[in-house]
Amino acid sequence: MSSTSSPVTTASQSASVPAAGTTKSAPRLRTPRKHTPGRRKRSVLLTVLTGLILLYTVVPLVWLVISATKTMDGLANSSGLWFSNDFALWDNISQTFTYHDGIFVRWLLNTLLYVVLGAGGATLLAILGGYALAKFNFPGKRAVFAVVIGAVAVPGTALAVPTFLMFSKMGLTDTPWAVIIPSLVSPFGLYLMWVFATEAIPVELLEAARIDGAGEVRTFFQVAMPLLAPGTVTVLLFTTVATWNNYFLPLIMLKDPNWYPLTLGLDAWNNQAQTIGGDVIFNLVITGSLLTIVPLIAAFLLLQRFWQSGLAAGSVKE
Amino acid sequence: MTTLQPPAAVSGHDRPPAKRDRRSWTGWGFIGPFVAVFALVFLAPIVYSIYLSLFRDQLIGGTSFVGLDNYQQALQDDQFWSSLTRVALFLAVQVPIMLGIALLIALALDSGRLYGTDFFRITIFLPYAVPAVVATLMWGFMYGTKYGLVGDINSAFDVSLPDPLSSDLVLASIGNIVTWEFIGYNMLIFYSALRVIPNSLYEAAEIDGAGQFRIISAIKLPAIRGALVIATIFSIIGSFQLFNEPSILRPLARNAITTDFTPNYYTYSLSFNGQQHNYSAAVAIIMGLITMVIAYVVQLRGMRKGA
Repeated sequence: MSSTSSPVTTASQSASVPAAGTTKSAPRLRTPRKHTPGRRKRSVLLTVLTGLILLYTVVPLVWLVISATKTMDGLANSSGLWFSNDFALWDNISQTFTYHDGIFVRWLLNTLLYVVLGAGGATLLAILGGYALAKFNFPGKRAVFAVVIGAVAVPGTALAVPTFLMFSKMGLTDTPWAVIIPSLVSPFGLYLMWVFATEAIPVELLEAARIDGAGEVRTFFQVAMPLLAPGTVTVLLFTTVATWNNYFLPLIMLKDPNWYPLTLGLDAWNNQAQTIGGDVIFNLVITGSLLTIVPLIAAFLLLQRFWQSGLAAGSVKE
Repeated sequence: MTTLQPPAAVSGHDRPPAKRDRRSWTGWGFIGPFVAVFALVFLAPIVYSIYLSLFRDQLIGGTSFVGLDNYQQALQDDQFWSSLTRVALFLAVQVPIMLGIALLIALALDSGRLYGTDFFRITIFLPYAVPAVVATLMWGFMYGTKYGLVGDINSAFDVSLPDPLSSDLVLASIGNIVTWEFIGYNMLIFYSALRVIPNSLYEAAEIDGAGQFRIISAIKLPAIRGALVIATIFSIIGSFQLFNEPSILRPLARNAITTDFTPNYYTYSLSFNGQQHNYSAAVAIIMGLITMVIAYVVQLRGMRKGA
């Protein structure tokens, strides 16, 4: 999506990733798997063809890394896929951090604030809700599920204008809350945690805890939460990406550049070139873009064990 | 509207959750917070949007109830129809290309015939971690003739490529950006669904002497049908919501990308540049309904048994 906007993105915000659990009851991926009769021959042709798509994927990222080492002159006068004579990466980075009294640092901190509160809160609500759906019968359970899933089909951006008007009546626009509160709801995260909790928490354990006299809250924190850890990491990673990459919501809600997240700040820097007498700082836009994606890519690489295990825990039908 | 089925209990302890009628409201204690915030940021805006769409600011007499006038106006609005046609075209071309490539890569990874499967999977997924803003700025620079790769190619080979940011090509250029962002993501969804196909099916195919392509068409594709349908629905929703990429690209292509380029861009412009909140709400609701109907049709067709 999106998505655009993602998904979901925006929109194109979207679908799917519970980690296969490390618990006995969670589905396990069977690797290595015998797929085909006889020996599997590795295919050079197939590898080359997939390599073409890989190239398509990485060329823009390579361009970004190389371009971040160039001054404005270098950008204009050298090839996009090779270094120019001036290696200005460190200079660009320090300029990015100091330009306009270090506003970039402020944007970075804002983004972290939105991620910690927004994505962290969304993950917590999804864990609690998923646990309730998986392990309790309560009145209106089916209705809750139907409404939440139905709402996923409503374009998020269609809600943006009324949400903005509502928030402005409440006096929340142009404050961090306008970005954080809508980020707290991740229907997709709720679904993932539901699937995950269904498989990862044996009912016997909950019964045993209750027989031992633990209250519901204590049972949840001491029995359920540890078992849900792998799924929690996955949901947290995906809500983090959604919050970190958010653009449309803050664009509508925020006027004051002091509350911008990185995405909005970079867009503003890019648009400076269009204004009369505006400072053209494409080298900083490019370097800032690189600095914006490094933490996320690092998180994905470091946490791959968690997210790449079974996106489809819900589709296990043996 | 649900593609997703509540998870079935898995083997091991497939007992339904024990009935605890005494404490039947306990679950609300856990799901309450989610439902409360959900009501505030999903349900309330939907209701408010419907309310807004039934009113209009008159020059004299302030806001008054106008029934379905706003909807009537939207259905006769050329700007709305042309933006809708544009995203429909985008959807018809971009979504099949993106999902097709994603599916082929997922099948290639799953076949176990690649050198470096893990490396491919992780690297092709990485653009998902790149914000739409950064992806669009990046491609925007590369499309440019001054700093970009298009300029490089022109001078290196002494050709003049068509301008990717011209009116004729800008939609395709946006399609390329969206494809780049989401190929890896969809690939991962398909790949994960392929990984949980029970081995017993492959064993049966082996006994029957089925070849690779037969296995793909008879086992793999039917098994991941659910994932294909979900990915299609999310991509459709994404296409109809298209806003970020055109909005960020606009400074580079002012003539090609108008403020009514997509339905979403149009509602945004109506509301934030034109202050026509009521009309904007009506257009947004029409878009929401169209999206829901199409998603629903795709789901019904996709989930039909048999085939």
